[in-house]
Amino acid sequence: MVRVLERLGHTVEFPAGQTCCGQMHYNTGYQAEAMPLLERFVAQFKGAEAVVVPSSSCVAMMRDHYPIMAEHIGKPELTAELNKLLPNVYEFSEFLTKRLGLTDVGAYYPHKVTYHASCHGLRNLGLGDGPQQLLRAVKGIDLVEIAGLEQCCGFGGTFAVKNAEVSSAMLAEKTNAILNTKAEACTACDNSCLMHIQGALHRQRTPVRTIHLAEILASEDGAVIA
Amino acid sequence: MSGTALDPRTAPTFPMAAHKLMGDTQLRKNVRHATDVIQNKRAKVVGEMPDWQGLREAGKSLREHTMKHLDVYLEQFERNCTAAGGVVHWARNGEEAKRIVIDLVKASGSNEVIKIKSMTTEEIQLNTALEAAGIRPYETDLAELIIQLGKDQPSHIVVPALHKNRQQIREIFQREMNLPDLGNTPQDLADAARLFLREKFLKVKTGVSGANFLIAETGGVCVVESEGNGRMCLTLPETLITIAGIDKVVPRFQDLEVLLQLLPRSATGERMNPYNSVWTGVHPGDGPKAFHVILMDNARTEILADEEGRQTLNCIRCGACQNACPVYRQTGGHAYGSVYAGPIGAILTPQLQEMHHAQTLPYASSLCGACYEVCPVKINIPEVLIHLRNKVVKQNGPFGPEALAMRGMAMIFRSEARFRAAQRFGRMAETPLVRKDGNGEGWIGWLPGLLGGWTQVRDLQEMPKETFRDWWEKRADAKGGKHGN
Ligand code: SF4
Repeated sequence: MVRVLERLGHTVEFPAGQTCCGQMHYNTGYQAEAMPLLERFVAQFKGAEAVVVPSSSCVAMMRDHYPIMAEHIGKPELTAELNKLLPNVYEFSEFLTKRLGLTDVGAYYPHKVTYHASCHGLRNLGLGDGPQQLLRAVKGIDLVEIAGLEQCCGFGGTFAVKNAEVSSAMLAEKTNAILNTKAEACTACDNSCLMHIQGALHRQRTPVRTIHLAEILASEDGAVIA
Repeated sequence: MSGTALDPRTAPTFPMAAHKLMGDTQLRKNVRHATDVIQNKRAKVVGEMPDWQGLREAGKSLREHTMKHLDVYLEQFERNCTAAGGVVHWARNGEEAKRIVIDLVKASGSNEVIKIKSMTTEEIQLNTALEAAGIRPYETDLAELIIQLGKDQPSHIVVPALHKNRQQIREIFQREMNLPDLGNTPQDLADAARLFLREKFLKVKTGVSGANFLIAETGGVCVVESEGNGRMCLTLPETLITIAGIDKVVPRFQDLEVLLQLLPRSATGERMNPYNSVWTGVHPGDGPKAFHVILMDNARTEILADEEGRQTLNCIRCGACQNACPVYRQTGGHAYGSVYAGPIGAILTPQLQEMHHAQTLPYASSLCGACYEVCPVKINIPEVLIHLRNKVVKQNGPFGPEALAMRGMAMIFRSEARFRAAQRFGRMAETPLVRKDGNGEGWIGWLPGLLGGWTQVRDLQEMPKETFRDWWEKRADAKGGKHGN
């Protein structure tokens, strides 16, 4: 992501104090534990022209829940800072397609790839086919569509552990669909889905890899950047 | 699963029930097939509506408005229903509602009733209570009849026998209707049911129904259905008893314009239900001579009092969220231990139990949002699930292993130094579990305790030797710049 943004002429900063958006806590029911992480986020990122995030579910967490959480915390300065910050928080592909209006970022990736639409990107952020537009513009790529594109991979954070069996069955459908495309790699805008999918592809001893969209877009020489 | 009623108070946890059901490949195939068929039909008839999103918005506002003024509309309904010749009863809970029904049936001089499909009567297990009181209930909805004859339980709010395929239904009919030579076509099965039910329609003098909507403005009750058997139950008996949750009221007759577009398209993928019945009071020489409506609360006012949970009551029971849910599609409805399965069940059931039971249901979701996307009245189910998870966490107190782990992690995330240390520690701690694969990459194939669920079918790649943070700082050093911002 840094490589792509710098290639496009942007200055990237990484506030060293950042940790986690609090999604896991919030979604598992630990709202109280997530509250300080919102304050931390605002303190770390305030003043940024744009905050670019390589994970759709983290952005969904911020966009959908931070305003309600700030209301609960009830500090007017915090709410004001958050309101200034939030419109400038973007998921990576969204930043490229919606804020910068780009589809071709000068990448070269001569491999057969399929795209998995992560639930939060698809439904909460409304990414639509933005990520596919970016992929289609990559030179050399052979983009193949997966069956059941909009089906959840079964990750769901702690769901994968609490309901491991159901989660596994959902995952098996996803990996079957991926293998049916005969793609060499499966990409997405969310590392958590990719980690989940990769976990099963590896267990099944398949050579198919997962790769974050940013890694494909960063590639200029066609090599897989791990 | 057959026989024992689905009761959230005694049901196993969701993961346990799911484990059992997921071994039933036939059931899973049936559920998959049926939900696929309904989803495709729905997508087609929703797709042809130019203003579907506007219609959803209208449905949502309508339901929100009604819930906000529920007291006003319920009393208005009572007045108008009474004026039209109906008798309105109020029931605080299921027990009261059942007692009222039993007393009314006995007063009607009958020891049998014909029933229209009604999830509200399933919710309170009315049939069991009727039988215990010596009254025989006959389900007349085809799917409910299959459930009743098969001594089974409903697994879907619109299509209760969704988990059965035609062959299985045929076997039930052969056995229970004593028809060894019954054919296998849908027509054969429908004919058998018709013959079986026709006799009941003509003979039984008392009917019990649920309601899709109660119309405050007119005191009328509305039921929509596909088979016409419901209409038989509404018109042929001498006494008609309707049980409805207090959430079923709508302000005006005109409001059905919105709801009767949203409901059939979402529920069965039909543009309109084949049978839409509205009945108002009693009419000399036409229809039932006595008409009773039982307005049942059963924890609904508690739900209404919860600001974040109350949107649950906006539900119009279309079942679209069940068909769209990837979890429901894996397990079928019985895993939810309640007649309300799927996403709506995961939010409604625990709340109907005032959070005393069914605590695993809010976790029976990956929060993928497919339910919210299809819900015709835009109930933000993932949001309510998270809200209920918070209630469960508070209920379970701060000392369970999960709560401790979560607090520990939150502490780490609150400090940069602790976060860095945790990354280092994580790499150290995972070392004994990491095995190299053929490509020289490190993977974890087994995790202990609560995390073991992950490694049942998945590996976990070891943490990178160099984190992004390391890379970033090394690069900054090389450039002679400063770290971070
Ligand atoms: S929650 Fe929405 S989608 Fe689910 S049954 Fe109710 S109205 Fe239908």
